[in-house]
Amino acid sequence: MNRETLTSAALVLLLLGIPLAAMATGHNFYVTLASRMAILALAAVGLNIALGLGGLVSFGHAAFFGIGGYAAGVLAWHAMMLQPFPLGLPGTKLMPVIWLVAMLAAGIVAAFIGAISIRTSGVYFIMITLAFAQMIYYFAISFPSYGGEDGLSISLRNAFPGVNTLDPFTFFLICYLLLLAGLFLFFRLRDSRFGAALQAARQNETRLAAVGVSPFGIRLAAFVISAMVTALAGALYADLNRFVAPSMLSWHMSGELIVLIILGGTGRLAGPVAGAIVFVLFEHWLGGITERWQLYLGLVLLGVVLFARGGVVGLLAGKARHG
Amino acid sequence: MAEPVLELRDMSKAFGALKATDGVSLDLKPGEIHALIGPNGAGKTTLIHQIAGSIRPDAGTIFFLGQDIGHLGVAGRVRLGLGRTFQISSIAPEFSALRNVMLAVQSQQGTSYRFWKPVLSDNSLVDPAMAMLERAGLAERARVPAAELSHGDKRRLEIAIALALEPKAFLLDEPMAGMDPEGSKGLTRFLDELRAEAPILLVEHDMDAVFALADRVSVLVYGRMIASGTVSEIRADANVRRAYLGDES
Ligand SMILES: Nc1ncnc2c1ncn2[C@@H]1O[C@H](COP(=O)(O)OP(=O)(O)O)[C@@H](O)[C@H]1O
Ligand SMILES: [Mg+2]
Repeated sequence: MNRETLTSAALVLLLLGIPLAAMATGHNFYVTLASRMAILALAAVGLNIALGLGGLVSFGHAAFFGIGGYAAGVLAWHAMMLQPFPLGLPGTKLMPVIWLVAMLAAGIVAAFIGAISIRTSGVYFIMITLAFAQMIYYFAISFPSYGGEDGLSISLRNAFPGVNTLDPFTFFLICYLLLLAGLFLFFRLRDSRFGAALQAARQNETRLAAVGVSPFGIRLAAFVISAMVTALAGALYADLNRFVAPSMLSWHMSGELIVLIILGGTGRLAGPVAGAIVFVLFEHWLGGITERWQLYLGLVLLGVVLFARGGVVGLLAGKARHG
Repeated sequence: MAEPVLELRDMSKAFGALKATDGVSLDLKPGEIHALIGPNGAGKTTLIHQIAGSIRPDAGTIFFLGQDIGHLGVAGRVRLGLGRTFQISSIAPEFSALRNVMLAVQSQQGTSYRFWKPVLSDNSLVDPAMAMLERAGLAERARVPAAELSHGDKRRLEIAIALALEPKAFLLDEPMAGMDPEGSKGLTRFLDELRAEAPILLVEHDMDAVFALADRVSVLVYGRMIASGTVSEIRADANVRRAYLGDES
């Protein structure tokens, strides 16, 4: 095993160890915290496909995170209220169905946003993705049927056939297994032909076009896949909090996901896992001491950008190698 | 003589007041090397860009394999069979030399939308890419990150990538630029044989190479074609001597 693989394995096992240690020592609250880590990590794995592999600095991934959250909230609400959607389609409390709807909805929206924004680059791309996400944010706020500004409660966590999702550790395991699936997807994508083209688009798009591959299509596909993974995390996040609010769609959320990736290591397989662990612990511990914990996070981030470009994974595993 | 593979008609391109391409027509016939020479700033690279699709001409038409390709983008023209190299090496710097060529191989196979199989253990990519590196004399450097290659090796990598595309015409923009004399000689021999695979539009400053290789030579000065003919015709041309060769020989 090389250092990168070892680091990834260690980080993934560390995340599993947190709730186990918490339960063994009676700190059950940390199980929920670990679920939060796993979910944010999964959201960032999604963003890492676009940003890390493709160099697409999307400042609007909260849109997809929130769409996932609202898919969970809205489907559950219709199921609880026994109110079918137009055309008589029923709501549902079944997680697998919710996940599918969340991913499909985000995929369609991402195809639309991507088709417009991917024609631009640099700061323009950042701004256009931000603008689209804010549009969806304000739409959610001003749309009263699903709670508007107040958000939407999920009175009882959604169900997964055969397991009790109300048990915190069981719910953690669901999140954790989906994170593993997300990581595996990232790993296969990265090393595939598509991944090669995507990374070439980031390194030198002129070169990619000069071998006959149009960068636009490659980036658009990556953006859509990326959004779908982040939306899946959003659906889990709604179920973790049993609540979905417009704040899931806000630019703060987009910023957090980017911060998380930079902290962990941009483009690195386990970067989002490291980033999520650090971020959530920071938020929990420092946030308990001072209101201004984000200031200190900002300083850490500055340190990473200036002195440790590869983030946590870069520190542990060294520079990325592409074979 | 056979139909030209590539034909430019009355191409023009201005950057503001500067006419970088001024009514240029030329063609490229099967099996030949057509050299494009001219002083720095004459508009050679700009012309290559227009053929490749990375700069839109203001006027003029380009026929490739009998088809007007004006509406196609860069990638589309490559897929039709126009393989180019850049005057200033353009490679994916983090990828190894091998992976740079593998990218061309997968594109040539039309398989860039495969999402699952790892490329590094995929012999249908690695083997052809290695073969191209070998032809370009770069096999021992296959696993080196492209950014770490020497200048000359980057030039060879450009060639290997173009070979992997199996193009129907090559556009080579100063492939010898910055190579040592040994490297230039090797590349001259290589291009001499390459013309049998596909004709070459060769922009080159190295006059030894041009006179050794070219079936035809066209001379560009201030965006205008001032002469076009065989090597001996061009050597004898008074205009060319005054405008260009005079300061060389
Ligand atoms: N993108 C551009 N914008 C403005 N001027 C350009 C641009 N590209 C090239 N030029 C100018 O066009 C002329 C031709 O340049 P170029 O085609 O690179 O010449 P060559 O390859 O023959 O040395 C030069 O005067 C150059 O400065
Ligand atoms: Mg030039």
